Amino acid sequence: MDIAFLTESFLQLLSGLPLTLELTAVAFALGAVLALLLALLRQAPLLPLRVAAQTFVFVMRGTPLLVQIFLIYYGLGQFRPFLQDIGLWSVFREPYWCAILALALNSAAYGSEILRGALGSVPPNQVEAARACGMSGILLYRRIVLPIALRQAIPSYGNELVLMVKATSLASIITMMDVTGIAARLIAESYRPVEVFIAAGVIYLAINLTLTRAVSALDWWLSPHLRRSLSQTPVPHV
Amino acid sequence: MSDPTFALSLRNIRKSFGTNEVLKGVTVEARRGEVIAILGASGSGKSTLLRCANLLERPDSGEIAVGNDVVRLRLKGNSQAIADRAQVDRVRTRVAMVFQGFNLWSHMTVLQNVIEAPIHVQGRDRVSCIREAEALLEKVGIRAKRDAYPAHLSGGEQQRAAIVRALAMNPDVMLFDEPTSALDPERVGEVLRVMRTLAEEGRTMLVVTHEMSFARDVASRVIFLHQGVIDADGPSAHLFANPTTERFARFISESRTGAA
Repeated sequence: MDIAFLTESFLQLLSGLPLTLELTAVAFALGAVLALLLALLRQAPLLPLRVAAQTFVFVMRGTPLLVQIFLIYYGLGQFRPFLQDIGLWSVFREPYWCAILALALNSAAYGSEILRGALGSVPPNQVEAARACGMSGILLYRRIVLPIALRQAIPSYGNELVLMVKATSLASIITMMDVTGIAARLIAESYRPVEVFIAAGVIYLAINLTLTRAVSALDWWLSPHLRRSLSQTPVPHV
Repeated sequence: MSDPTFALSLRNIRKSFGTNEVLKGVTVEARRGEVIAILGASGSGKSTLLRCANLLERPDSGEIAVGNDVVRLRLKGNSQAIADRAQVDRVRTRVAMVFQGFNLWSHMTVLQNVIEAPIHVQGRDRVSCIREAEALLEKVGIRAKRDAYPAHLSGGEQQRAAIVRALAMNPDVMLFDEPTSALDPERVGEVLRVMRTLAEEGRTMLVVTHEMSFARDVASRVIFLHQGVIDADGPSAHLFANPTTERFARFISESRTGAA
């Protein structure tokens, strides 16, 4: 193994870091919003809404992400005239947005299951107390149900974030020059996959280490009510 | 608003769970300032009656009025549904409830629990809500705990915080659903003292309780439920001295031997 080449690869791969982070952030944020929507739909009073949400989750979780990316990137090309008519072709023509869409939809399906569990774990007596204080509908969700449920969901949802970081590497298959995309190019030029992939792996590890620590810190900061008492403030551990 | 005689009226309330008829036409009308202790064996329907008063349970038939605001219900099958969501939300701020299990919001501090409904439901000004909340917390002796979370408080402190949360909405009527039943015996007194103070201030209160001393000494009126109907109803001092029904007499003597 050539340490000098490893270092050189590492530095070159860093130029893909912004795109990797951007794909992660945008797809994750979009996915989280959709996940919440799906989780709420699964509690909807109307059966067709519940079935629609359930079917979506079933399909997205039951098929490979790579197939979903291909379907959106290559598949939507077949509907080009229609997409042009409704003005969305300029979006789906871009591999960037196709990757974002596939990643977001996929993450939404998994995330909605986490949020569904979290919503189910909200103690009924606290909801009843809110109703007894005159809260209902959106106010009840905004002030009581969601704050309790989302805190509950943070640790598992952090896992979803790590999965998203790794999943963005699939975007390289549809020409995106993220960390993995650049790695593939370097290997094609140098025929030295070991150094390049080790450097790429180190970058992903570093991102995920940072993110898991950030999620733990967020969880700690938002859960003072679950700590023993306010005077004891131990250092957050990962 | 005109001043009706009754702060809270429950008229001819019926409620069944499945085939089990829990309330068989119960009427309770609470005058302003009246403190009514609702007694009865478990399963007599007393908690259900209280929960009908703020629509946490929907009565199958009967009428509920807070002041002269009659809750609008509509027939739905064999039961009734809420006709006007906003009206029920409004009524609930006027009929505050204290639960057996406190039911404080676990993610909020004591102060946040107290100011939540005044600010977000009643739309009042934050600064004055906080000032009022602190005065109320002081009054029940837990002002020092204003920034503590419910999980860090004793049961008695949690229940006093829950009473302050109810008080902060400045309700016309307060409902207490077995407020001391979940407490350690040594914590019961501190909650009962707060409730006695509220009674002496002239608050209208409906209290489902097993504390006979509270019913006898603090309540102005006692209602004794038996299998979903009112068995005895009268001024508490009078009713305890001269039980009007044999069943209530037996209930008193049994609770006395039970306490001994």
